[in-house]
Amino acid sequence: MVIKQKLLGLGVILISLFTMLAPMKANAEYGDIVINNFADAAEMRPAVFPHWFHRIRFNCSVCHADLGFKFGAGKNEITMAKIIEGEFCGACHNGEIAWSIENCDVCHSGIPGTPTQVKGSPLRASNIAAPK
Amino acid sequence: MYKLSVLILIASISGIFSLAASADSSNTFNRMLKPQAPANLPPAEDGLHDPDNAGTHMLQPPKEAFNGLVKAKWGNKVDWIKSINTKKISPRHNASDAAPKPIIMNLNIVRQVKGSMPDVVFPHDRHTLLLACSNCHTGIFIPQKGANQMSMAAIMLGESCGKCHGAVAFPITTSTCKLCHSKPKAKNAVLKRSVAGN
Repeated sequence: MVIKQKLLGLGVILISLFTMLAPMKANAEYGDIVINNFADAAEMRPAVFPHWFHRIRFNCSVCHADLGFKFGAGKNEITMAKIIEGEFCGACHNGEIAWSIENCDVCHSGIPGTPTQVKGSPLRASNIAAPK
Repeated sequence: MYKLSVLILIASISGIFSLAASADSSNTFNRMLKPQAPANLPPAEDGLHDPDNAGTHMLQPPKEAFNGLVKAKWGNKVDWIKSINTKKISPRHNASDAAPKPIIMNLNIVRQVKGSMPDVVFPHDRHTLLLACSNCHTGIFIPQKGANQMSMAAIMLGESCGKCHGAVAFPITTSTCKLCHSKPKAKNAVLKRSVAGN
């Protein structure tokens, strides 16, 4: 009986330890967007977009109305070719408003294999779509 | 000095034992509560950025940027609207020009909700501060009273308000319900409705 109780106690401690460790795994900033539509296939790290950094500097409408970024992780078919042409990120990341695109690994900084996602509610699967 | 170190040793051993004893007890404080995850970690430690990537270490740590902003309990632990209203940050309304300012629309929309939750007040002012009309109308919301069906379940799945709230704008947590559900119902309104069978 005593052994049973001790085993149960040990189990509880082990489980609580695991639950303590589990949320430590990914503590990225709320609103961080991982964009991995094409990166993995091109053997690049996925791009990570920090919403917090950009919203300190710009209102939402600058990107989501003026530049045409659709709401939803992965819903914009962003390619390096388009960025070089001045679309999407390239509208600012051109060496004039923000640093230009030769700093590949500043954006392409995610852990390889991380799927396209928004760091927020775990229920947001509907917001993630692969481009057609 | 020797006596002090012995004392410290004894104190630390007894400390370990008392900790073990309290962990063993069935009546620990906050038994089911998950320990709070650390917030605003630097990119190399956040579990999303690759620490082996040189560029990761060039990124600004969020804590450095959030220093001095108005704090909140949710999301980035920053109250973004209050930070703008108190001029802690002044985000641009145009990519290349700092001069243009947003046109604020002052219109509150009250949505009467079922059940006992307070009614929802949607403030256009703080939304037009950040967004263009076209961001919501008419793709997400039809600008007409009663034309938009919504539920908390749909919002949590990323529909209607959930397009932003839960992804980048303040998330749906137990400490944020009343930010939207902010208009208390008239006294006895809930009771009357349930008596009337509505």
